This record gives sequence, structure tokens and C-alpha cells, in this order.
Amino acid sequence: MDSENSACGNPNPNPTLGPSKLMLAFRFLRALSLVHRTTPASSRTCRGRRIERAAYASMAYSAGTGRGWSRAVLRRLHHRARRRAVAPRRLSTTAGNRAEALRQLVPGGAGMDYCTLLEETADYIKCLSMQVELMQGIVDSSSSYGP
Amino acid sequence: MSGRGSRITDEEINELVSKLQSLLPESRRRNTGRVSASKLLKETCSYIKSLHREVDDLSDRLSGLMVTMDSNSPQAEIIRSLLRS
Repeated sequence: MDSENSACGNPNPNPTLGPSKLMLAFRFLRALSLVHRTTPASSRTCRGRRIERAAYASMAYSAGTGRGWSRAVLRRLHHRARRRAVAPRRLSTTAGNRAEALRQLVPGGAGMDYCTLLEETADYIKCLSMQVELMQGIVDSSSSYGP
Repeated sequence: MSGRGSRITDEEINELVSKLQSLLPESRRRNTGRVSASKLLKETCSYIKSLHREVDDLSDRLSGLMVTMDSNSPQAEIIRSLLRS
């Protein structure tokens, strides 16, 4: 499953964050506009949940399908529309279930060997913090335009 | 079947673990030399949880702001600031 590019010691294929940061911003802002247009003003909580899903979707699409965590996020988002059942967790036998808590936090972590889990965690953290930075920036600039 | 088994050396694991350490924000990092892998993983878990909470909180705030924001100006401002950085 993770045969292509996750060998230990492989350098990060995307050393610069510049272009992907912009892509992330465009994706997320586009998703925000859609939420803005299609959610009635009365349901703040519902809109908040839609925005949260848009955040994870933007992150995952921007990361692409080369990452286990992004594939897991997209699977989860696509299945959400069809059923509420939680996907069965496949326990990793090669790693002996090390870092159980981490596996539950990183999407797709349950099925990864330990080495891959550590690599995926690093990428996931980078993308998550970029997303948080982006959302904070939007909140900050929107607040300055407030009434 | 997918196992790399004994090909993963302890050194490679240590390398990946210290890479994770470098991703933690200053306040969470112990700069006084090496910490145990399990402690670092705990700190990483805690950091990921706090990032998830931030996404949750920021989503709620964006939702609240959305009723008042004009859909054009924040986008333009964000894009401008991203192009500057």
C-alpha cells in the first residue's frame, strides 16, 4: 500500500512550502465561498462543521494522494455522505502496535508500519499547522474588516 | 507481507523521531539534548490534539464571521499577504 515513496531516509519531495501554501489558500477560500453561499445564516454550528470539513478536505487535496494520511482523510470524507459507520481499523502486525495513541490521531495511522507512521506524522503536522496558520490569517484579516 | 522487518535500523527510527521533535513548536521542545522517544511521541500526540482543537475553534469563528464578511475583501487580503511572504 505504501510502497512508492515512503522508504526510510527518502528526502522530503516538497522542501519549499511556497506554492503549496498558495494552493491550499485558494482551495480553502473557494470552499469557504461555497459554504458562505449555500448555508443559511441561522445555522452557525452547521456552517462551522462544514467549514471544518472544508479545512480537512483542502489539506488532503493539497497534499495529494501520495500520502497515507491524505488518502485516509479523503476516504473518510467521501464515506461520510453514504454511511455513518466507522471504518474498521486494521492493526499493524509488523510494528507490534507501537505508538497506539499516535495511530489514532493520524488519519490512516492504524494500518501503517511504525516507520511510515513517523513519516506520515511529520507531514501531517506540517500540513495541519499550515492550515491553522491559513485559517488564523483569514480570521485576523476578516476581523479587521468587521463593522 | 508489507513488512520491512529488520531493514529498519534504530538509527533510522531515531532520525525520524528527531525530525518530529524539530516540528514541535518552541514551547513544547526540550532543547536540552535528546529526550526519550516515548516522551516525544506523547508530546507529538498532545501537539496534534491541540492543532485539531485549533481547527475546530477557528472553524467556529469563521462561521461566526461569515455572516458579516464581504466575500471579496478577505480573500484579496489573504492572497496579497501570501504573495508577500
